Amino acid sequence: MPRATHKTMPGKPLPDAEQLLQALTDQMRPTVGPDSGLIGIHTGGVWIAQRLHQALKLQVPCGALDVSFYRDDYQKIGLHRDVKTSTIPFDVEGRHLVLVDDVLYTGRTIRAAMNELFDYGRPASIRLAALVDRGGRELPIAAQFIGAAVTLDPHQSIELTRDDKGRLSLVLSEQRS
Amino acid sequence: MWLNPANPQLNKNGELHHLLAIDGLPAEILWQILDTAKSFVGVTQREVKKVPLLRGKAVFNLFFEPSTRTRTTFEIAAKRLSADVINLAINVSSQTKGETVLDTVANLSAMQADMFVVRHAASGAPYLIARHVAPDIHVINAGDGRHSHPTQGLLDMFTIRHYKNEFSRLRVAIVGDILHSRVARSQIHALTTLGCPEIRVIGPKTLLPSHVENLGVHVYHEMRKGLKDVDVVMMLRLQSERMHGALLPSAQEFYKYYGLTEDKLAAAKPDAIVLHPGPMNRGVEIDSSVADGKQSVILPQVTFGIAIRMAVMSILAGK
Repeated sequence: MPRATHKTMPGKPLPDAEQLLQALTDQMRPTVGPDSGLIGIHTGGVWIAQRLHQALKLQVPCGALDVSFYRDDYQKIGLHRDVKTSTIPFDVEGRHLVLVDDVLYTGRTIRAAMNELFDYGRPASIRLAALVDRGGRELPIAAQFIGAAVTLDPHQSIELTRDDKGRLSLVLSEQRS
Repeated sequence: MWLNPANPQLNKNGELHHLLAIDGLPAEILWQILDTAKSFVGVTQREVKKVPLLRGKAVFNLFFEPSTRTRTTFEIAAKRLSADVINLAINVSSQTKGETVLDTVANLSAMQADMFVVRHAASGAPYLIARHVAPDIHVINAGDGRHSHPTQGLLDMFTIRHYKNEFSRLRVAIVGDILHSRVARSQIHALTTLGCPEIRVIGPKTLLPSHVENLGVHVYHEMRKGLKDVDVVMMLRLQSERMHGALLPSAQEFYKYYGLTEDKLAAAKPDAIVLHPGPMNRGVEIDSSVADGKQSVILPQVTFGIAIRMAVMSILAGK
C-alpha cells in the first residue's frame, strides 16, 4: 500500500491540502469498496470525507461524528462548547468502515470515535484515513491511509480550512503558553 | 467564594455551575444548552442510548415534593449519561423525622454526591442548598415553589425551536394559572432572553400576578382575543388546590372560559402548536380533542425533556 510521500520539516511550508486529498483518494481507490461506509470526524474530517465520497463514487451516504460525548478530557476541560450532531445514515452492523480525520496526532480523538461507533453497532472492520499525520501518538493507533506525514514542534498545530468555493487548505498556528 | 455573588449559578468565569433559574442567564448559555440538547436527541435515537460522560458520578434526585415525570426524566437523563442515580423522596423519610434540608444535603454529600437535582415546595430552597454545598458539587433546580422550573422552561424552548426554527418572529401565548406557576415564570424569562418579540399571558385576574406587565408581557382576559394569530400556545396546569380557594368559582367555570378547546384554538394560526407541561387536567384547562390533536406537541415535549436534562447535566459536571 502506498504510504506517506513527503515529510515537512519545521519552518518549511505546509503541503497543499488538495494534493494530499488526491493522494488519499488514490490510496483508497483499490481497497475501499462501494458498500463501505465513510465517516468523517467533525469538522475537518467531514469535509474530507464528503470529498472522498464524491471522488470514490461510494453508494452508501457519508456519515459524520462529533466525538464530544466520548472525549477522555471531559473531566479536565468540560463539554465542548459547540457540539455538532453525529449522523450515521447507514447501518454500521457488519459493514466495512473508514474513519476520516484531518490531522492525526495523539490518537485520542480516534479512540473516542471508535467507542462511539460501537454504540451504533458492530462493524466488520474500521480503517483510518488522515490527511496529515503529525506523529506524537499516545495510544496504539495507526492510519491505513495518509496524505502526508508532517513534523511539527509540540506548540504548533495545523488546522484545515475550507473557503467558500470548497477548496481545502492547511494552516499552521503557534501556541505559546 | 468561587461563585459570582450577583448570580450564584455562574462561576467567576461566567460559566454555568448550578442551574437554579432562567432569570439571569445570558442568552449565550441558553443557546449552548439548546444546541447541546439537539446532539443528545441524536443519541437517544441510537441502538445504544448511552454516552459515558458522567461515568462514575453520583446524581441524587432530592424530591421534597412529589413528581413523576420530572423525576423520571431526570433519572433517565442521568442514566443515559452513565451516572449512578439515587432517588430520594424526602417527604416520606428523614424530614418526617425532623432532619433539616441542609443536614440531609450534608449527609448525602458525605456519601460522595456529585450532583443534586432538587425539587422543593419552598421557593429558593435550591439556592440555599447551592450556597452550602462543596465547590465541586452541582445543583439543578427541578422546581421550587412558585419561583422557577428552569429545565421545564428550557425543554419548552427546545420544543418551540424544533417546530418553529427561531424565536424572533413568534407570537406566544401562555394560558391559565400564571400566578402560581413556576413554569410560566421560566417560560417568560426564556422567551424574552431568546428574543421572542410578543409574549401574551391569558387568564382570569385572580390567577395573574399583579404588575405582570412589568415582565414585558401583554395581558389578556379573553381566550379568543389572546389567542388571535399566535404561533405557540403554552397551556399551564390548573392545580386542583387552587380551585378550593376564592380564586375560582369551579373547574367547570374555568373550562368554559379558559379551557383550550378546538373552537378557541381556531383563533390561533392554523399551524400553531400546543404545549402543556403535564400532568394534564383534561376537561379543565385542555380538551381531549386538543390534547390528542394534530397541533399538540405535548408528548414530544417529554422526549425532548430528557435531551435537555442530559445537556444541562453534562455542561455542569464537566468542570
